[in-house]
Amino acid sequence: MNMGWTLAARQGARLLGQGALVAGAVGVLSFAMTRALPGDAAYRIAAGRYGYDMVDTAAADAVRSELGLDRSAADQLLAWLGDLAHLRLGQSMVSGDPVLEEIAHQLGHTLQLSLVAWLAAMVLGLLLGTWAALRGTHWSTRWIDPACTVLRASPAFLLGVVLMLGLGVHLGWLPVAGHGEPVHLVLPGLALALTLLPGMTQVVRTRLQQVLRSDAFEFAQTKGLPLSAVLWRHAAAPLTLGTLAYAGMQLVLLVEGVVVIESLVAWPGIGHALVHAVISRDVPMIQGTALAMGLLFVLLNGVMDAAVQWLDPRLREPAGRSAA
Amino acid sequence: MSTMTHMATPLPAARHSWNWGAPVLIAVLLLGLLSVWLGQNPAHQNLSNTLAAPGPAHWLGTDHLGRDLMARLGEAIRVSLWLALGSAFLAVTLGTLLGLCAAWRRGLTDRLLCLCADGVAAIPGLLWVLLVAALAPGQKWALYSGLVLTAWVEFFRLVRSQALATLAGDGVQAGRLLGFGAPYLLRWYVLPPMVGDLLRLWSYAIANAVLAVAALGFVGVGLRPPTAELGLMMTEALPYYDAAPWLLAAPVVVLVLVVSALQSATRQALKDSV
Repeated sequence: MNMGWTLAARQGARLLGQGALVAGAVGVLSFAMTRALPGDAAYRIAAGRYGYDMVDTAAADAVRSELGLDRSAADQLLAWLGDLAHLRLGQSMVSGDPVLEEIAHQLGHTLQLSLVAWLAAMVLGLLLGTWAALRGTHWSTRWIDPACTVLRASPAFLLGVVLMLGLGVHLGWLPVAGHGEPVHLVLPGLALALTLLPGMTQVVRTRLQQVLRSDAFEFAQTKGLPLSAVLWRHAAAPLTLGTLAYAGMQLVLLVEGVVVIESLVAWPGIGHALVHAVISRDVPMIQGTALAMGLLFVLLNGVMDAAVQWLDPRLREPAGRSAA
Repeated sequence: MSTMTHMATPLPAARHSWNWGAPVLIAVLLLGLLSVWLGQNPAHQNLSNTLAAPGPAHWLGTDHLGRDLMARLGEAIRVSLWLALGSAFLAVTLGTLLGLCAAWRRGLTDRLLCLCADGVAAIPGLLWVLLVAALAPGQKWALYSGLVLTAWVEFFRLVRSQALATLAGDGVQAGRLLGFGAPYLLRWYVLPPMVGDLLRLWSYAIANAVLAVAALGFVGVGLRPPTAELGLMMTEALPYYDAAPWLLAAPVVVLVLVVSALQSATRQALKDSV
């Protein structure tokens, strides 16, 4: 078990390092954003505190010396990153609520949407890919390749718009926007799932085709096992590993899609909040939401890696241990 | 992609499908360039002729402010492709130089550069572009920097791993014995074998950049109106999709065509280089 623990520890350290890199990068960028805002920060903050009519040079100077705005940029950056390290994310400049509370509220919505989309893409991808691989070049599977090509070239927002206009407005089957009820999940979830689907389908199909061509598969059929048993015993493991490893790579697509689709259907998640914070230049919110998305991405990537390593004994071989 | 055919091993004719990507790309580029001379001013409004259907005066109709859609589409193509081509070119240059540097110097340089690459790769590309673009909203240079910042990593990783292998090989050792200097060795021994892969990654990076710019424009944090940009045009056309469906269809068709053409070129090059 010892080797397994060192491996886990090394992975944990890597995860922490990546998380720190993400936090540092987001912090520095947000700090640069506050510097890039037009006007004198001391006047802006004084106006926020005392009202626009009450601001004069004395009030601005008082704010400047109190908050240390007259210190060097490097000092201020260090203080800023120190706040970040203590998770003092501050308050939203728009709503005035603590950023941490808002993010905790949004995170649930985002996770719900992403999970639904990811599961839908997994199930659909497995079904389509398996069907395409088993039927080979049969006419009923001919449409899968062109459909994948078109889907791959369509960004998430486009699929969202098409579904919205088609299913929502013309057919009236689904609500166009909104949240709270399960039916509201369908449209954004489907749009996100469709962006993940082509890759998933093709991975499943290629993997399954490899299995179908393998000697083990041929032998199992020769000795008279039914197709379902052969598929379960010889195809399930490589398929799971292949799709999991690929799903890790698709996280990028998922996160990027979440940002855009949430803004499109006004889903109260982190991506929506990030875009709106950027539009209204609400720097504490930008920093908080970007940090949450970045850390979530790092964490999920780590979990995917760990899952693949845990499931695949071959990856543990070099460490000197067998599958047991 | 005839530039990489010298790398290709001869394949059975049946597997070598016709590459439709290049002609489509050239056609779209021509549309973008020709509309500079043929078309009208993309910013010229005519409020008494809004949402006009395609006709002889306006080949693709007009939008909600009476601007010629053909001219706007042309401008959008130029904006998108310049942004994408430019940022991909800068990214390939930066990534290749840093990759060669890391593979040549090894040690601390290598480790620092790899750390930078890992740090960039730890956040999804669109988030980077969004954050960097937020530094200066609506400015092209901010979009450029965001795109380059995310795109160089792929090139760096490819060049570094291939250059490490080549530099450890016999060819480079022979070259060193012949007394060639570092620039000559890198230019004539290390770079040539990876040109095919670099081109493949390059078209991939262009497609990504086109998509990212359109996505940011669509949600309203990319370029600002009145610039014609594919994502922005879709957002602007959305309220009128019922009265003037061609308004929404035109940027959608161009975007999907350009991206799938680039992706097909990527896959073709991948097949050729296998």
